[in-house]
Amino acid sequence: MTPAVDIRGLARRFGAIDALAGVDLCVAPGEFFGLLGPNGAGKTTLISILAGLTRADRGSVRILGHDVVADYRVARRLIGVVPQELVFDPFFSVRETLRIQSGYFGIRDNDDWIDEILHHLDLTSRADANMRALSGGMKRRVLVGQALVHKPPLIVLDEPTAGVDVELRQSLWAFIRKLNTDGHTIILTTHYLEEAEALCGRIAMLKAGRVVALDTTRNLLARFAALTVRLSVARVPAAWQPRVLREAGPLRWLGLTTYAELEELLAALRRDDIRIDELALTETDLEHAFVRIMADPVAA
Amino acid sequence: MSAPLGALTGYGWPTLLYKELLRFWKVSFQTIAAPILTALLYLMIFSHVLSSRVAVFGGQVSYAAFLIPGLVMMSVLQNSFANTSSSLIQSKITGNLIFVLLPPLTPGGFYAAYVLAAMARGLAVGLGVLLVTLWFAPEVAALAHPAWVILFALLGSLILATMGVVGGIWADKFDQLAAFQNFIIVPLTFLSGVFYSIHSLPPVWQAASHFNPFFYMIDGFRYGFFGLADVPPLRSLAIVGVFAVVLVGVTLNLLARGWKLRH
Repeated sequence: MTPAVDIRGLARRFGAIDALAGVDLCVAPGEFFGLLGPNGAGKTTLISILAGLTRADRGSVRILGHDVVADYRVARRLIGVVPQELVFDPFFSVRETLRIQSGYFGIRDNDDWIDEILHHLDLTSRADANMRALSGGMKRRVLVGQALVHKPPLIVLDEPTAGVDVELRQSLWAFIRKLNTDGHTIILTTHYLEEAEALCGRIAMLKAGRVVALDTTRNLLARFAALTVRLSVARVPAAWQPRVLREAGPLRWLGLTTYAELEELLAALRRDDIRIDELALTETDLEHAFVRIMADPVAA
Repeated sequence: MSAPLGALTGYGWPTLLYKELLRFWKVSFQTIAAPILTALLYLMIFSHVLSSRVAVFGGQVSYAAFLIPGLVMMSVLQNSFANTSSSLIQSKITGNLIFVLLPPLTPGGFYAAYVLAAMARGLAVGLGVLLVTLWFAPEVAALAHPAWVILFALLGSLILATMGVVGGIWADKFDQLAAFQNFIIVPLTFLSGVFYSIHSLPPVWQAASHFNPFFYMIDGFRYGFFGLADVPPLRSLAIVGVFAVVLVGVTLNLLARGWKLRH
């Protein structure tokens, strides 16, 4: 089956910085795929190359078999991108914006689909409002609508829920989930890792322009299946220092593999006469996996 | 929900053209009425102050009549440039240019849409200036060579609209675009013979005027009104035509390479 996205040896350098340093990635049709990484990891550069906004120095990107440079006219019809920045054209209303965006793809008389988009994005009552009159969350939803006007089989969402309140975020995700169920391939970048954990079937983590982890969400969580204990202590026994994941003032997060290790840690603290002011225990979630992968020097 | 590719094979540039036309039409007081008023003020002031002091074409044409085609062409040129350049820089700075860059528009389609809309605005303003200034010199309406008037208006607006595309894409901030406009476009326009015949200039400035492509645009345009010109009209047509072809070619090449648009 032709991959929805086929990225091979993709590299892009900006001055002295390798934004992408040889990325290989394959996304199957119908996947809900997460692209995670800290700021500057190369996520937006990757999406920009996918969308034809940025040119790669090396490597190739194909969308459903169509090269994004050599065959750009077909490739761009197959992808809908929700950009990260909250941008809009102040001259037009919501409906005009969506009609114009349809027209750019050569689609006239698209009002039935536009009405459906407006309905799903809860924008029907604001269809004739000027873009300037909308709240940030509404503008964000119009951006989602603009990415969908040409019914692309691949939808890329670059941090689409930033600045959107919880209720609207839920309805937005319900709509995106429906699109995925209908067969659309979704690529998502987000800083809300619990969102990626709940939605994405597979996740790639980028760091300094390289893929440092690529697996199903379930496997990634299983790989780091463990406990994280948060302690408020003056210090940590020297033998346990390598297990410290994070420090913030007196708070220290330590990674444990089993509950038995927790007992050993508490015993070590008692032996060194270190008083525990606070203790909290959590099971690994995607955020912990993310933190540990990003902290791994091998992944640097 | 996915539409088959066959349903999506239409062209997008007519929509971009429509959007650009709508953009200036929605603020037509600023984009059309204001430049017409400015040109009218130029005519009233300059013709009042200079009509008794300046003789043009050996006195065959009144100064007010001479001034009108110059002001019409100046308005066409400046507004054609303003439309493409301001639209592009606004879209770049606000970030909404991405909506035009994401769809499968070709470089030629992108160019055609922006330039045709700018030409429409330039020509609309030019026509407006002509209509409101005719009252001062009705003899201007008796066009000697209407085809030349139309041809030079089209070529002039095409050239300046194209320069606006280049300026709008080149500039990263409004300040840079203002410099492009105020230090290149405005001087070349003002020193092109809008307000005077180059025969009234000292020899050095006369010679310098021959290196100003805007001079040929205005002189050829004026020939269409009066059948009189400072240089042979065919020479003006040749120079303006070659300038247009080279400029359009260079601009299309820049767009095809994604210069300053696709990094």
